[in-house]
Amino acid sequence: MKEYSDYLTELNEKTAALLTKITKYCKVLNRQINVMHVCGTHEATVSRAGIRSLLPKNLRIISGPGCPVCICPAEHITTAKELAKRGNIITTFGDMFKVPDTTLKSLSHLKAEGHDIRTVYSAMDAVKIAEKNPDKRVIWLGVGFETTAPMTAYELMKKPPSNFYVLADFRLVPPALDLLLSDPEHELTGIILPGHVTTVMGLKEYEEFPRRYGIPMTVAGFEAVEFLYALEVLLKMMVDGELGLKNSYTKVVRYEGNPKAKEVMKKVFKVVDAKWRGIGTVKQSGYDLNEDFREYNARNLIDFDISLEYDLPKGCRCGGVILGKVEPEECPHFLRRCTPETAIGPCMVSDEGTCRIRATFREVR
Amino acid sequence: MQNVLLMCLSVVAQIEEIIGDGEAVATLNGVRKTIELGLLEDDVNVGDWVLLHTGYAISKVDYEQARKMLDAMELADSL
Repeated sequence: MKEYSDYLTELNEKTAALLTKITKYCKVLNRQINVMHVCGTHEATVSRAGIRSLLPKNLRIISGPGCPVCICPAEHITTAKELAKRGNIITTFGDMFKVPDTTLKSLSHLKAEGHDIRTVYSAMDAVKIAEKNPDKRVIWLGVGFETTAPMTAYELMKKPPSNFYVLADFRLVPPALDLLLSDPEHELTGIILPGHVTTVMGLKEYEEFPRRYGIPMTVAGFEAVEFLYALEVLLKMMVDGELGLKNSYTKVVRYEGNPKAKEVMKKVFKVVDAKWRGIGTVKQSGYDLNEDFREYNARNLIDFDISLEYDLPKGCRCGGVILGKVEPEECPHFLRRCTPETAIGPCMVSDEGTCRIRATFREVR
Repeated sequence: MQNVLLMCLSVVAQIEEIIGDGEAVATLNGVRKTIELGLLEDDVNVGDWVLLHTGYAISKVDYEQARKMLDAMELADSL
């Protein structure tokens, strides 16, 4: 029987082997390699483990638009605040609770003023709150990417009580990837796809990308060693001149994704043009509730007009950070006016925001 | 696990008990939590590991693939 320490030794040896191979491949390629991931949790893996400090100088890991809270439009938060002021119960994930809109006030401020705002772990907890409070409207803030959307769809399919409403602002990864890859300002040489978005959606919708944009891609897991493995797979593809899409997270990601999750989303949502904070409107890049579920749509409760021209605080460079064009250190507010305790930009507020992660895990070179 | 409020974060947890009605009790590092199995197509049994996202199982961990991935990391350098 293997001891726990044996597994740790095995993993350590594998990590060392992967790093040796990565260094070798970078030497063979002998040019600047820019690899982008599009997932906040991947950035957490990279920063927490200090992966950047271990990589060769010509390999750069860029953090793309992978933080669902950061790209959630300011209008969503303003709308939620207005709904809270009208005596409704707002239920949300902890991250959304802290994100300010353009007034620099978040839902947490409203809670301090006495409004009923509750953080929950799951969509099912929000439904339970609605069941316990039949005389009040309970609004669930439906935000996130394809990983998080099926849970809301699933709860709606189960016919929740009529006082349960969803303010849906889900966003889709492929249209954002399209935007990034067709941007001439980027010189991306490889893409690491989000492991949990593909767990739900599968790989089919990404198959066209490598040939369309001449760039190899792979799906990565979230342990440091899994991320390094994906990086090694990606670099090997570059060395071999292979344009393809490889799954480096086979323990949970299947080609077809999760059929049940995809089916409930198809029944409940419609694809709409959607606004991304700091980026603007991206065509066919979001989910809203379709006509069959309009009775649950919290937008029907809104009789006020909310449209914002500027959606970031003055000087905040979150837009560039989200697109991977600006490093957090280049922002004038980073670790000056904007810190984890006094965050003004969405990328510093969320635990998945690039600025927050960089501020928490300062790099040693 | 109640304190983990990251959205896209998913964790791998082990099924401890199936309580019927599409629900199960899963454990991770000693934390027990009732989870929803309704989004999962595969059958799960006690002892299986699942990928858990905001209280819902979204994939069953494939041990064979997990082992294969670890083995692939050992492949001799082809350079």
